[in-house]
Amino acid sequence: MLLQVKDVTRAFGGVKALDGVSLSVEKGEVHGLIGPNGAGKTTLINVLSSIIAPTSGEVFFDDRPVHTLPAHELAARGMARTFQNIRLFPAMTCLENVIAGQHLVAPRPFFPRLFCLPSARREEKEYRRQAMACLARVGIEAKARFQAKALSYGERRRLEMARALASRPRLLLLDEPVAGMRRKEVQEVGGLIRSLAEEGMTILLIEHNMSFVMGLCSRITVLNFGCTLITGDPEQVSHHPEVIEAYLGVSEKFALNRRSDGSLWSHGSCARHFFYDQRGGN
Amino acid sequence: MDLLAQQLVNGLFIGSVYGLFAVGYTLVFGVLDILNLAHAAVFTLGGLIALWLVEAWGLSLWIAFPAAVLICGLLGLVLDQVAFAPLRQRADSNFSGMISSIAMAIIFESAALGLFGARTVRFPAGTVSVTVWRWEGLSITSLQVEIVAISILLMFALTQFLNRARVGKAIRAVAENDRTARLLGIHVDGIIAFTFFISSALGGAAGILFGLYFDSLSPDMGRSIELKGLAVIILGGMGSIPGAILGGLAFGLSEVLTVAITGTSNLRDAVAFTVLFTVLVLRPSGLLGRKKLREA
Amino acid sequence: MEALAQFFAIYGSLVNFIGINAILALSLYLTLAAGQLSLGSAAFAGIGGYTAGILTMKLGVPFLLSLVAGSVLSGVVGLLIGLPVLRLRGVFLAIATLAFGEVVRITVLNLDITGGAQGLVGIPNHTKTWGIYLALAVVGYGIAKMRYSRLGWCFESIREDETAAKTMGIDTTYYKTLAFVLGAMLAGFAGALYAHLNYLITPREFGFSVAVDLLIFNIVGGTRSWYGPVLGAVLLTALPEILRGTGITAGPIRMAVNGLILLLVILFLPNGLISIFRRTGNNPKESAAAISEEA
Repeated sequence: MLLQVKDVTRAFGGVKALDGVSLSVEKGEVHGLIGPNGAGKTTLINVLSSIIAPTSGEVFFDDRPVHTLPAHELAARGMARTFQNIRLFPAMTCLENVIAGQHLVAPRPFFPRLFCLPSARREEKEYRRQAMACLARVGIEAKARFQAKALSYGERRRLEMARALASRPRLLLLDEPVAGMRRKEVQEVGGLIRSLAEEGMTILLIEHNMSFVMGLCSRITVLNFGCTLITGDPEQVSHHPEVIEAYLGVSEKFALNRRSDGSLWSHGSCARHFFYDQRGGN
Repeated sequence: MDLLAQQLVNGLFIGSVYGLFAVGYTLVFGVLDILNLAHAAVFTLGGLIALWLVEAWGLSLWIAFPAAVLICGLLGLVLDQVAFAPLRQRADSNFSGMISSIAMAIIFESAALGLFGARTVRFPAGTVSVTVWRWEGLSITSLQVEIVAISILLMFALTQFLNRARVGKAIRAVAENDRTARLLGIHVDGIIAFTFFISSALGGAAGILFGLYFDSLSPDMGRSIELKGLAVIILGGMGSIPGAILGGLAFGLSEVLTVAITGTSNLRDAVAFTVLFTVLVLRPSGLLGRKKLREA
Repeated sequence: MEALAQFFAIYGSLVNFIGINAILALSLYLTLAAGQLSLGSAAFAGIGGYTAGILTMKLGVPFLLSLVAGSVLSGVVGLLIGLPVLRLRGVFLAIATLAFGEVVRITVLNLDITGGAQGLVGIPNHTKTWGIYLALAVVGYGIAKMRYSRLGWCFESIREDETAAKTMGIDTTYYKTLAFVLGAMLAGFAGALYAHLNYLITPREFGFSVAVDLLIFNIVGGTRSWYGPVLGAVLLTALPEILRGTGITAGPIRMAVNGLILLLVILFLPNGLISIFRRTGNNPKESAAAISEEA
């Protein structure tokens, strides 16, 4: 298990954004994290990347506790993330954004540069080549010299991914990586994530685009009101009545009903449409 | 004991002027999240303009005071239009606004220097009639009482205005969230301009009272109060009007007490700034402030 | 040669002053480069200046050693002040450093060893013009080289978005403190140089208005590159003399011109004067030129 979340609670004053959340992510897995708006998904990612601390509970990365470590420590251990509302360095070019992301892997020492040693030049060439490779990986190498603020929305999301990849992480936390993208871009990013997973990268992915999530993830955790509803494979999750209820609410026609033995049933056909036939379908 | 009581009284008097100055400072910060460093320059101009009206135009102080205050209010409008409004759209508007205010402060101060000369001047004798009352070893002048009364009156009027008047409430709304205020139909730019008007008017009033109290005016009188004003609003809490008032009084008291205790006025400011530094490090929101002050 | 000697006789002290101001402006630049607005540079210069001055004058310490001592002491004070204060947001950091600066100035004003209001008189003149400009060249070169080293990228990242920087593995507390301490040391160094320039230093020369001046040099010149602050320092230090040459001698007018320049820059050229020469934008060719062979 690469990442283990044990009973994490995060309260803001009296409001519990996360309430006893537990999940685990296996090495090499693409794990989805879904839930209605306000369920606590981004808060969970913030806790995992140590941007905020959990009120209680533990997080283990590589079987070592990390919930008390500062954010940069986690990055050093191999965790990288993107942000829901995109936190790029707007004044820098795309290439420079990725170079900044190379902090952990490219020492770029000061003194060889001071004396203009050839080794510094050689190294820098190599680092830049690697940075361009990250840009190429996400498909925006043509925009390398453009300022980040000149990019389109989809391109910016991809730039964030490129920057995250620059540090060669083992675990990638993606917060809505395809939000606002066109169908073709979504497919490309899907392909990218698949190929990263094939290379051994572990990915935890928040998304609202259901067909994207269902098609890509081997396992999915559903959050609602800060609690884990279920963790399971796409088939299980999309048929689970409580998940359906969380997303679609309850109506008379598709209401959850209880049988005499206590189990739940509902007319699930609408749900299947919801989970598989979105705009841009599967 | 008598000396202590006298010092306390003096502290309250000067504290009320500090409070009046700080209130204008904190009003703008509360509404715009910008530090208007030109406030001290308006303070200086207020005193000098009032003096000019009295000397050159022979007006009684009763007329010169409100007139000068009004002119300072207009200067505030100029400040807003020239230095702050053009920058509002920018992402770093509170930083660039601060720089802009530094520029305007330099311009205002150079205007003061150019128009009034570098000498220290004072209100002509007889501008205010002063009676001294002595009681139990305390001496209080009528001037001091008048200064305190006017300061308190203005500060009280402002508080009431912000709480009760429609425009006042609009100002508070803009201070909370200008986007929402706009959606509610509040003319945000106009409100901001008006806030600057009030803030600068009060700053100018403080300058006149300061000049009367210390019986001296000079183009660089803003220098000393500029930093003290900052200390007061930090102490009281940025954006909090009652905080600025309390902070001003506390500051005035601490000043005179420092002088009384150490016997010299040399360390007075050092103590003040050490207090400011400590407050920032330990409790940046000050006594009554509510703004988030750490890194985002 | 004759003309040069003559020029120097008249403008020698101005040239020296420009050099010192440029180094001081760079000391503020170092903290701005990591996104920290510090107004304590003048105070650190004062600490360095008085320390070095007292060491040379009263203890006979060799000049270079005093320079080092002044810088190091400023750095140490910078560390002590920086640690509690760097957590504060923008404007509050500025105010805290300002308060610190005032405490230093007033302390120096009231100590006997620093000569009080009269200042430290009789400091041997060890600083030569070539020394100042050599130092400036070395510092400028060093900062330019730093920009594209890992340290430089750290500072830039912190300046652009501190939270994102953390998630990239950057220990922001460490680097912000480092920038602050480096800035303090450089300011101390400049102050020490300045102390040995004119036989005398007074507390007034390290006060609030100097701190504001340094900020103005940086803003007017531009903080995107190391030569911005230098340009700002050169321009604004020389300006009063230039104005005097054109017949404008009145103090208030020179002051107003300063203010006007700052206002125009912040309104129309927010990245400073160097942004005129350094247009990185959407045009790929221009961006490429800007970062082409930096190693």
